Amino acid sequence: MKHLCSVDDLGGRAGIEQMLDLTDSFVEIQQRDIPKVPALRGKTVVSLFFEDSTRTRLSFETAAKRLSADTMTFTVGSSSVKKGESLLDTVQTIEAMGVDAIVVRHGAAGAAHRVASWAQASVVNGGDGRHEHPTQALLDAFTLRRHRGPSLDGCRVAIVGDIRNSRVARSNVKLFHELGCDLTLVGPPTLMPERLDGWPVSVSYDIDEVLPDVDVVYLLRIQRERIDQALFPTLREYANRWGLTVARAARMKPDTFVMHPGPMNRGVEIAAEVADSSRSLVTEQVANGVAVRMAVLWSLLGSGGPVV
Amino acid sequence: MSSSEVLITGGRVLDQTGERTADVRVVGGLIAEVGAGLAPSAGATVLDAEGCVVTSGLVDIQVHFREPGREDAENVETGARAAALGGCTAVVCMPNTDPPLDDAAVVQAVLERGRRAACDVRVAGCITKGRAGSELAPLGELYDLGVRIFTDDGDCVADAGVMRRAFEYTRAFPGAVVAQHAEDPALVRGGHMHEGAWSARLGIPGRPAEAESSIVARDIALARLTGGRYHVLHLSAGASATLVRAAKAEGLRVTAECTPQHLVLTDEACAQFDPVFKMNPPLRESADVEALRAALLDGTIDAIATDHAPHAPETKDVPFEEAPPGMLGVETAYSVVYTTLVEPGVLTLAQALTALSWNPARIAGLDAEHGGPIESGRPAHLCVFDTTERWQVDGHRLASRSRNSPWEGWKLTGKVRHTLLHGAPTVCDGAATR
Repeated sequence: MKHLCSVDDLGGRAGIEQMLDLTDSFVEIQQRDIPKVPALRGKTVVSLFFEDSTRTRLSFETAAKRLSADTMTFTVGSSSVKKGESLLDTVQTIEAMGVDAIVVRHGAAGAAHRVASWAQASVVNGGDGRHEHPTQALLDAFTLRRHRGPSLDGCRVAIVGDIRNSRVARSNVKLFHELGCDLTLVGPPTLMPERLDGWPVSVSYDIDEVLPDVDVVYLLRIQRERIDQALFPTLREYANRWGLTVARAARMKPDTFVMHPGPMNRGVEIAAEVADSSRSLVTEQVANGVAVRMAVLWSLLGSGGPVV
Repeated sequence: MSSSEVLITGGRVLDQTGERTADVRVVGGLIAEVGAGLAPSAGATVLDAEGCVVTSGLVDIQVHFREPGREDAENVETGARAAALGGCTAVVCMPNTDPPLDDAAVVQAVLERGRRAACDVRVAGCITKGRAGSELAPLGELYDLGVRIFTDDGDCVADAGVMRRAFEYTRAFPGAVVAQHAEDPALVRGGHMHEGAWSARLGIPGRPAEAESSIVARDIALARLTGGRYHVLHLSAGASATLVRAAKAEGLRVTAECTPQHLVLTDEACAQFDPVFKMNPPLRESADVEALRAALLDGTIDAIATDHAPHAPETKDVPFEEAPPGMLGVETAYSVVYTTLVEPGVLTLAQALTALSWNPARIAGLDAEHGGPIESGRPAHLCVFDTTERWQVDGHRLASRSRNSPWEGWKLTGKVRHTLLHGAPTVCDGAATR
């Protein structure tokens, strides 16, 4: 694997499982007194972020530092991009400094693919528009495996919310499907992809019909600007019809987990009490993000030898 | 207006009257004689057409030569040279320039630039001032300068009331036609490719086919209401073709064109996020490609036009959603149509030329000069096309100033050998002369 732009780059179920197994060894490193290994000493990882993101950028940078790589941050607010520099020129400028990996977050679908087509360095997609966010899918599957055991075959997952505009949904559908999960997409029809040809999912507009049967409820962030686009009337109506309220959570099986990629809108797609309940894996998802990104960076840049 | 003689020898002459092996003698810019075994006069230029088909020059009624405003991407001179290399003797430049062609002085300036060019360069005029979709441009003044096609191309005239008035007002001008870039802005806002399985998978916001067919349906109703003449630019959706077919059967004055890319490529071309495959209206699905081919065959679609839309490399070397829409086409259209439609037997060569030359000349009001037939006394606007030459498209070797060809790397059959404008070669043995 040269780049990780899409879940497709992981090499199917075997490749995904290999990455998740590798992540285990990085979790172990994180639990040491000094959670740092020299695996990527001398390598340089740049985060190139065209969109605001706290958790993804910090997670990648922490992962790189724990592997002893040098890190650089290129955020649009403080860069020449504001002066009109193009993405291509920015990439060439960064490459001229001699970097080994570029983590890209960009508002346009396929931006990571474009960067990968120009760059010598390895490219990791940290989220491209509505397209994909493959490390999020990896960390979600990793988190779920820690609770359900290594096999997710037959695990029933409902992904709820703004599927149409979600890169997390696109990556997670691919990755969870590869691992054998049964997927149901839930939300208002206006937030479903316009066409689902080839998507290995079933669709429901009624969360109450779906909740009692699922093993995992994966909630997506609902953005206020969708109201301006006439996709649903009000946040209150959304919360009442599709939000994971306390009452709805009470009707789930006792062992059903709740996940969310963050940042959460408490009171909209998820009630605060549910977000903070013992069945919520939300903070664990964040914690595992570092280990997963260590595994990804090590796979792309490592010597191929033992992790240490 | 060459006064010297040119003799085109050994080719198969193909026009509306049929096909025959014949030489064509051109004197003083006019066709002087068509017949077998003609002998050149002393001093005549002899152009070999062995293995070639000799036809009227192609007429591309939708090109963007970017002048004025984006001369870094193309200008009239380079665009016309590329068109001549593609076999064209006449083109119609779209008015979405900067400033737009909504004003007599700007139109005159572009036409003036065209007088020295390798093609007969005509322009379409705006329907509305500034292409803003509200007030009519000075249609009569533009008409008096020779403008026959009126459109706000690039933008759809969304306001049905304005479109109605344009249809009504242009009835005063014989030969004038209102042409529409049919995409309802409310349905395509924020969209960057065809809305379908691929857009959903790629996470790229879509532009549904219904954005086109709903406007085509509305405009046909307005043409019926007003008796106006309507032309659908770059028709892309099967549903739109169905509407045009019915309108023609009803006897309405409706014509349509489509591009080579919509006849060959689908939205799957966008799967690698390469903005070279981005255009408006977008590449659609294989069912649409099939419907467009059927519509071309039964005459529902009258013409093939390229929507030649050059963009400077730096404007396309960006993420898909940030790139401007549009593809090169004028230099490759004949070869692409020949390779993908004529050679496999979808169209006869005569059907292809009907769409590439004969019909578009009529739609644009150029048929007194362009688009055949090949007979003595007609202006010698001719194309000699070698149907056996094989070549590979290389954007760096195209005459256009830009390189955004969707056919990059394609191996094509058939290439323009000679193009004659007013009897003078603009392309000779595959090379541009001006």
